[in-house]
Amino acid sequence: MKILTEHIEVPGIETIDVYRKHGGYQAVEKALKKMTPDEVTEEVKKSGLRGRGGAGFPVGMKWSFLAKPEGVPRYLVCNADESEPGTFKDHYLMWKSPHTLIEGMIVSSFALGANTSYIYVRGELMYVIHILEKAIQEAYDKGLLGKNILGSGYDLDLFVQSGGGAYICGEETALLESLEGKRGNPRNKPPFPAVKGLWQCPTVVNNVESIAATSWIVNNGGDAYAQIGVGRSTGTKLISASGHIRKPGVYEIPLGITVEDFIYSDEWCGGIRDGHKLKAVVAGGSSVPILPAEMILTTATGEKRLMTYESLSDGGFATGTMLGSGGFIVMDETTCIVHNTLTFARFYHHESCGQCSPCREGTGWMDKVIKRIELGQGRKEDIDLLVDVAKKIEGNTICPLGDAAAWPVSAAIRHFRDEFEWHIEHPELATQPGAVYMRPGASWSN
Amino acid sequence: MEGKNNIVFPAETLDLVKKIIARYPEGKQKSALLPILHLAQAEWKWCSPEVMDYVASLLSIKPVEVYEVASFYTMFHLEPVGEHVIEYCRTGPCCLMGGVEVYDHLKKRLGVETGGTSADGKFTVKEVECLAACGWGPVFQIREKFYMHLTKEKVDQIIDELGK
Repeated sequence: MKILTEHIEVPGIETIDVYRKHGGYQAVEKALKKMTPDEVTEEVKKSGLRGRGGAGFPVGMKWSFLAKPEGVPRYLVCNADESEPGTFKDHYLMWKSPHTLIEGMIVSSFALGANTSYIYVRGELMYVIHILEKAIQEAYDKGLLGKNILGSGYDLDLFVQSGGGAYICGEETALLESLEGKRGNPRNKPPFPAVKGLWQCPTVVNNVESIAATSWIVNNGGDAYAQIGVGRSTGTKLISASGHIRKPGVYEIPLGITVEDFIYSDEWCGGIRDGHKLKAVVAGGSSVPILPAEMILTTATGEKRLMTYESLSDGGFATGTMLGSGGFIVMDETTCIVHNTLTFARFYHHESCGQCSPCREGTGWMDKVIKRIELGQGRKEDIDLLVDVAKKIEGNTICPLGDAAAWPVSAAIRHFRDEFEWHIEHPELATQPGAVYMRPGASWSN
Repeated sequence: MEGKNNIVFPAETLDLVKKIIARYPEGKQKSALLPILHLAQAEWKWCSPEVMDYVASLLSIKPVEVYEVASFYTMFHLEPVGEHVIEYCRTGPCCLMGGVEVYDHLKKRLGVETGGTSADGKFTVKEVECLAACGWGPVFQIREKFYMHLTKEKVDQIIDELGK
């Protein structure tokens, strides 16, 4: 079942003519000519679509919070600042099929009553920005954007905004600051963007994949979308698969397949690269807890873990993780967990905006302490120190970057404490090139 | 309008600047700052104080409003750079794919440390965080182009080609 990527490999799908030949822009025709904005919102609510950027908040509900004061413009801003390590699905979708996003932007803007919308793309993807701008021009030329779209009386201008290289701008209020031409410092909430967002006007910020899914929902109805998936994990999800698998790439899966199938089936990742064994997975982008092989495949109650919001988080952080953005990073037995955790800690240290002291100082400490452990200069008390620092960042910052920085460190220690201890107790072994600790009796050890 | 040291965009870039400013409501022209900084960096390679002052004048904002933004975002070079700036991804997934070895080879080949510029002024090597290309790693970027699935051999080919 493919919704977003069904035609993604069709040659020329990036052009409006080919895109339309494959059913493109039917949702715009239907929504603008046959539906009211509230009816579109109602279908999105019924679909159960949840925010695909990582938070998983219901999209229809987020839309329903939008304030609608008379005479004040409202905005839809698409969050295409994809920067969570392990995540490259939005990059792929916009690069291959820009009209899929643009169609969703038109439908969603109509539902929200926005007459100007922006797609905020991370600046590193400048080539994708050019692809989007070309596609937007095509849409204007065909009367799908601009004044009185398809004679419906609805006007929409759509612009692409380039970021400048900052992970924090994926946080919605930091993104709005950035779109206003400022540093990406997250805002205190409330007020939420739905009330005071871009230039203090009511604003909805949604991820690329969430917005793209709305066209299919308009065409087929919210109920049809909700029939795909399991329970509250409805529809399909783009999963970015990277690391030690045979077929890295972006896969659109129906939510609800097993993690085991996703890793080992030839339809998806195709298994672990030849001759190697699964050691650990970071299932939803760098910020979600890492899980060892046995825990990612099976829940604590012995059930096969599914690719759903609920199943992946089953057991809480003690034995579970999160679906997050769907950045699925697979590691085999050659992976040094300490080194991998160091790259994540360094990432969050570099990307902390510096506004809140627990995050600004704490991410620096975690980076520094893990680095010395990795270099064979760790101290016995360092592991508890890391846990303590992580605990003191978590929940004590304006935005979730603090939590995102703390979780990978505390989870790596929770599940691979022996590997950190080995680095501290045996620096002469741990600092050998390519040295990796093998846990006695583990499924990935020989 | 002209900045110090004859810093001024070519006419067609100035047209583009006007179009970018028109994307936002009246009085919100500051929103054009990041897009215009990108244009400025494309024109002058790096964001010198003179370039940033010029950008401020185009948007009728204070120079400090440009400095604080340019220094916040990693894409803007605040010091001179070589002809080609190679920005390699140092984050987890690229490292899993052998990134560290490949990047060490790159630096050795060019005789530079991270952040340095090769003696002939052709290449500056910078390390950056995740470029959203994790399934195609190791990855680096030169201007707008992504170079994916890097190996030592590929790095040599790219350097040979661009170094000509």
